[in-house]
Formats: sequence, C-alpha cells, structure tokens
Amino acid sequence: MAERRIRVLIAKPGLDGHDRGAKVVARALRDAGMEVIYTGLRQTPEMIAEAALQEDVDVVGLSILSGAHMALVPRVLELLRANGQEHVKVFVGGIIPDEDAPALLEMGVHAVYGPGTLTDDIVADIRRAVLGGENGNPTDQS
Amino acid sequence: METLADRVLAGQRYALARTLTLIENDAPEGLATLASLFPHTGRAHLIGVTGAPGTGKSSLVNRLAHYYRHPPEGQPRRVAIVAVDPSSPFTGGAILGDRIRMRDLSGDPGVFIRSMASRGALGGLARTTANVVQALDAAGFDIIFIETVGAGQAEVDIARLAHTTLVVEAPGLGDDVQAIKAGILEIADILVVNKADRPGADATVRALTEMLKMAHPTQETIMHHGRRMVINAGQKTQKKEEHPSWVPPVLKTVAVDNRGIHELAQAIARHRAYLEETGEWHVRDRVRLQSELENMLGEALMQHWRAHTAAEHYQSVLEEVFSRRLAPTEAVDRLLAQSLPPAA
Ligand code: B12
Ligand SMILES: Nc1nc2c(ncn2[C@@H]2O[C@H](COP(=O)(O)OP(=O)(O)OP(=O)(O)O)[C@@H](O)[C@H]2O)c(=O)[nH]1
Ligand SMILES: [Mg+2]
Repeated sequence: MAERRIRVLIAKPGLDGHDRGAKVVARALRDAGMEVIYTGLRQTPEMIAEAALQEDVDVVGLSILSGAHMALVPRVLELLRANGQEHVKVFVGGIIPDEDAPALLEMGVHAVYGPGTLTDDIVADIRRAVLGGENGNPTDQS
Repeated sequence: METLADRVLAGQRYALARTLTLIENDAPEGLATLASLFPHTGRAHLIGVTGAPGTGKSSLVNRLAHYYRHPPEGQPRRVAIVAVDPSSPFTGGAILGDRIRMRDLSGDPGVFIRSMASRGALGGLARTTANVVQALDAAGFDIIFIETVGAGQAEVDIARLAHTTLVVEAPGLGDDVQAIKAGILEIADILVVNKADRPGADATVRALTEMLKMAHPTQETIMHHGRRMVINAGQKTQKKEEHPSWVPPVLKTVAVDNRGIHELAQAIARHRAYLEETGEWHVRDRVRLQSELENMLGEALMQHWRAHTAAEHYQSVLEEVFSRRLAPTEAVDRLLAQSLPPAA
C-alpha cells in the first residue's frame, strides 16, 4: 500500500495581493495528483521555510507579481539551505522581468515562469524535477 | 549510529518531518522508526476538532494553540497540530489549506504543524493519522490537536483517537434541531458554537443545550469494544455514584476576535481532569491500543492466510458461493479448515 505523493508548498511571499496565479497553479497541481499545501498571502521567507520543513515538501513554489523577487527569493533559498533542505526544488512564477530570470536560476531556483504559462508544462516540469529518472525517494538521507 | 528515532527524540524537527512522511507513505523505515518511538508515547493530550466545513476549526486551533503557548499562568505547553483535508477521489491530489488560518503560530519552535491528505480514507482522518500522532507524542508535544476533514456528519474515528473531542458548529442552524446531525452528542466532549459574532448564535446554543438536556442528565458514556456507548445511569442504580458523569458543555467563541478561548481552554482542562479522576484516560488509552492492535492483527492474519492458500482453491470455493451452492459461513469454515504454518 506504499504511496508516494509529490508534496508542494505554494506560497505568496511579501505584500503582494495577486493570488490568482498561485491558486490556478495550486489547483492544477492538485488535479495532477499532487498534495499542495497552500499557506495564503503575505508570507515572510521565514514562514515559508518553516512550513517547507514541517511539511517535508519536495517543491516550494513562489508566486510573486510585486517586483520584490530579487529580495525575497534569495532569502527563501538561504533559509532552506540553513534547514538542511537544499534538495527542495524551488519554482518561481509571476511577473519576473526577463533580465532577472538568469540571476534567479544562478542562485539555485529550478525554473521561472511568466504570464501565460500552460499549467500542463508546470506539472510536467515538477514531476521531472522531483521524480527524475528514478522513482525512489530523492530526499532520504537518514 | 544515530537512528532517525534518536534524532526525533533529540528534538530535531527535520528528522521528525521526515519520519512523518515515511509513516504516511508506509515506508518500512517509517514503521521501524515508529516501533522505536512507541515506548515514548502515551503522554500527550490528544484533542480532536471536528465539524462541518468552514465552521472555524482551523481558526480555533490557531487560537487555542497560541493560548497554550502563552498561558495566563503556568508553563507554556508544546503544541503539535495535525490538520487533515480531503484528497480528490479522482486524481488523489489535495489542496491542504488549514495553515492559512494558523499564521499566528509561525516562528515558534514550540509549535509543529503538519497537513495531511485523507488519501482515500473515509471518516475524517487519513489511515495513517493515528501513527503520525504517535510520532508527535513521542517527540514530546504536550498537546496534539487533530483537525478532521470538514464533514457534514459527526466523525466517529476522531472520538476513538482523541482524549477530548470538540465539535464545532456555527450559527445558522437556528432553532432547527433537525439540522444538528445525529451522532454529535455521542462524540462531542465539548460543543463549540463558533462565529458567535453572527446572528443566531444564541439560538444555536439553546438548541444544542436542549438536545443535551434530553440526552444527558441520567446518562453516562463508557467505552465498549472501542466504541463509546451511552448507558443509563439508572441501570446501575445501586452502584455508588463516585463520579458525576460528563455532560458536554456548550460554549460560544469568536475565533477571529479571540473571544471565548480562555473559557474553552478551561473546559478542555476540566475534561482532562475528569478523564484522569475517573480513570477513563487510562481506559481510552487501552481501548484504543487494543483496537489498533486488532486492526493490524486482522490485516496480518489475512495476508498470512492468503499467502498459504492456493488461489485456485479460493476461487473454486468462491464460485460455489456465487452459484448459491455454498453459504458464505460454510465457505469460511471450509477455507479455514487447513492449518497454517507459523508466520516468519
Ligand atoms: C488581475 C490583476 C490584479 C488584480 C488581482 C486579483 C487577484 N486576487 O489576484 C487586482 C485588480 C486586485 C490588482 C491589483 C494591483 N495590481 Co495588478 N494585475 C493584475 C493583472 C492584470 C493580471 C494578473 C493575473 O491574475 N493573471 C492571471 C494569472 C493566472 O496569471 P499569473 O499570476 O501570471 O500566473 C501565471 C504565471 O505567472 C505562472 N505562475 C504564477 N505564480 C506561479 C507560481 C508557481 C509556483 C509557478 C510554478 C508558476 C506561477 O503560472 C500562472 C499560469 O500561467 C496583472 C497584469 C498581467 N497581465 O499579469 C496586473 C499586475 C500584476 N498588477 C500590477 C499592479 C502594479 C497592481 C497594483 C499595485 C495596482 C495599484 N496601483 O493599485 C495593485 C496591487 C494589489 C496588491 N495588493 O498587491 C502590475 C505589477 C507591476 C510589477 N510587478 O512591476 C501588473 C503586472 C500590471 C502592470 N503591467 O503594471 N491587480
Ligand atoms: N465571523 C466569523 N468568522 C470566522 C470565525 N472563525 C472563523 N471564521 C472565518 O470562517 C472561515 C473558515 O474558517 P476556518 O478556520 O478555515 O474553518 P475550518 O472549519 O477550519 O474550515 P475547513 O477546514 O475548510 O473545514 C474563514 O474565513 C475564517 O476567517 C468567527 O468566529 N467569526
Ligand atoms: Mg480547516
């Protein structure tokens, strides 16, 4: 009866109130069979990292349309690493200018998405990132 | 070498989170870790929170947990929360949104919140919720809240797992007693009318109180074969009434404004004291462990039997049942006639 489900935290960091995209993505992942923890608006990077740890997620998805991504994303990555969760894949979506995307990827973000992205593509990318070639548990290190 | 269980017992939060995942996934390492943790369980006060969708269960848990972290007197208690939401029956996916209401608890190392999807189980909990709760108990949390799936009817599973069960209602039932689902009185240790800022709260309190009056004064709830049963105190007239029976209080709260939380916490403390004084704490613990053991034993016996029964034999007996030549009871006798080798 062993079951392994991809667990994803979808969070909205900062003061940005645009939550449509986050909800659309959360629902698409749910419909693809994933377990999505949705924490709502106005999350600090500390709250996001804490939730990622307690929930032992495979993926953290950040939705940012406020323009504050260059401040918020590095902090989330730093906290995840500090908690021993460097293996967690971080996905970022929203309004991210083209010139910022390479910098985010450089920092360790797995992928960046803008308006109009097909949710099917997001689903496929998350599956590939988490399950990779093997289908075991990528995070077991005990 | 330091095991995962050692790290959980040492208070490492990530080790605990990993353990919960392994337990949820039925991974062998999760079950082994749970076995090592088992001697350290049995101390936490398990508080179930159930009620219809949107009545304010998560908001109340948020307030209560905050209260136990900042009590008006005494030491702060360590609090864990397990919040169960439904999995989609079609895709198996789930949106777990209870944390949205629990933001006041963030940044506090004395709190641990875990969301769980029901993964197909009915009855308001996931199949592995009891095991997840055991791991949190071993990790040293003093109080563990278990929020069920928001369900229309009273969920019996939670009453079996928890020491104290809160049933959360919201105004809108009005005087319509019919709307209050049967079964609630059997599982509720405390009835909470949340959203008391809304019109109709007093009517709901009255309706619930009336139902309790009709049901309770001469009754007592006991545990019987893993189920709670209500018996009439009159049936044991001669027996000295050492302990008054527990009559569930009906309390009003406004979770969004933090009103009524102190009184609710006091009612929970009274219920705990009641369980301890009457010995029911102990009884519930034993009943629960026994029923968990028997469930596991049942599954294991079935597997063992299947492993040692030829599929063709089983199929041929089944066919006889299908064609009405053999009654199911006779079929059972025949299938159990062979003796099984001892399990490895
Ligand atoms: C609808 C909207 C609003 C609505 C929001 C309603 C809501 N609850 O979400 C309202 C009217 C409230 C609003 C208000 C404001 N808005 Co506005 N808004 C928009 C608008 C038109 C569409 C956004 C939207 O919902 N798109 C639909 C969703 C489905 O798309 P999406 O969010 O992009 O998500 C997709 C991808 O980005 C990606 N994705 C998103 N998140 C994630 C997460 C993960 C993990 C992954 C994998 C993928 C992913 O996948 C999704 C599916 O394809 C955009 C313009 C635009 N075209 O984007 C402006 C826009 C975002 N708003 C803008 C602004 C400035 C504001 C205001 C500040 C305006 C003001 N001065 O008052 C306020 C601020 C509100 C607040 N509190 O933060 C600016 C932001 C500028 C910037 N960042 O530099 C934009 C870009 C408009 C513009 N061109 O100026 N807004
Ligand atoms: N007016 C009012 N609203 C409240 C109160 N408590 C909670 N709410 C609101 O009711 C809604 C549902 O609250 P939750 O705490 O998520 O309810 P829940 O029972 O956990 O919901 P599910 O888990 O989805 O079944 C939210 O919008 C809360 O803000 C209250 O005391 N008064
Ligand atoms: Mg809830």
